[in-house]
Amino acid sequence: MSFDALFFYAFAAVTVIGSLLVVLQKNPVYSVLSIIAAFFGLAGLYVLLEAPFVAVVQIIIYAGAIMVLFLFVVMLLNVPREDAAEWDRSHPLYRPMAVRIGAVLAVLLALELGWALSRTAGLSAGVADDSPAVSSVAELGKVLFTDYMFAFEVTSILIIAAMVGAVVLARKREH
Amino acid sequence: MSIGHYLVLSGLLFAIGTAGVFLRRNLITLLLSVEIMLNAVNLAFVAFGRQLGEVDGQIITFFVMTVAAAEAAVGLALVIGLFRHRESLNPEAFTSLKW
Repeated sequence: MSFDALFFYAFAAVTVIGSLLVVLQKNPVYSVLSIIAAFFGLAGLYVLLEAPFVAVVQIIIYAGAIMVLFLFVVMLLNVPREDAAEWDRSHPLYRPMAVRIGAVLAVLLALELGWALSRTAGLSAGVADDSPAVSSVAELGKVLFTDYMFAFEVTSILIIAAMVGAVVLARKREH
Repeated sequence: MSIGHYLVLSGLLFAIGTAGVFLRRNLITLLLSVEIMLNAVNLAFVAFGRQLGEVDGQIITFFVMTVAAAEAAVGLALVIGLFRHRESLNPEAFTSLKW
């Protein structure tokens, strides 16, 4: 096994196990901590794809800013654990008919996906075979501020709206 | 590594996120599962961008991250507001619009 493949499988394992733990943990604090581990695995994969700036942004923005926000809210709210009894009583998947139909649909979807993947040509082409990597920050910035200028400006409006919305929604109302 | 490896990993992560949205009964874990799905899409974008030698895959990843940040901010503010009302994070508790 080559060096590249070894790192790919290591980072992929970290990412998948971290994501699985997010879904399987009962305590939201552990969920947030394991998603941070998954994000570090993804950052490693971005480095393998020769996109170092995306990897750095992934760690700074995702693992640094967004997840700290999540952790802050989890600790602020003193979130109760999900208990199994409540899950059994209230979960829609507890209805047997819904479970059967859903399972059939999920199996069908997985089969179709596998069929589509097996019929697609060029999947075994290496990601680095055909073209050189574009990984310089200068190149990224040039494209971002010319071709994607409009989207960039709209994003700033989106962030302002989200900021104002978050402050208004989370504020305590005095009556 | 081939593009197929990255696509299968991306699909696997997306499936885990979807399963989380359907299986968990906790608004914060639901938001985390949505983040996993967004990251799965990011991985596919960067892998395709690398294969085509284009910079666009990485740029779209930045936009997805920005939207994820906005979504997390507004979503968590909503979660705080809902928790103040009901003292619960179970989505089944918020059914007052149901008749």
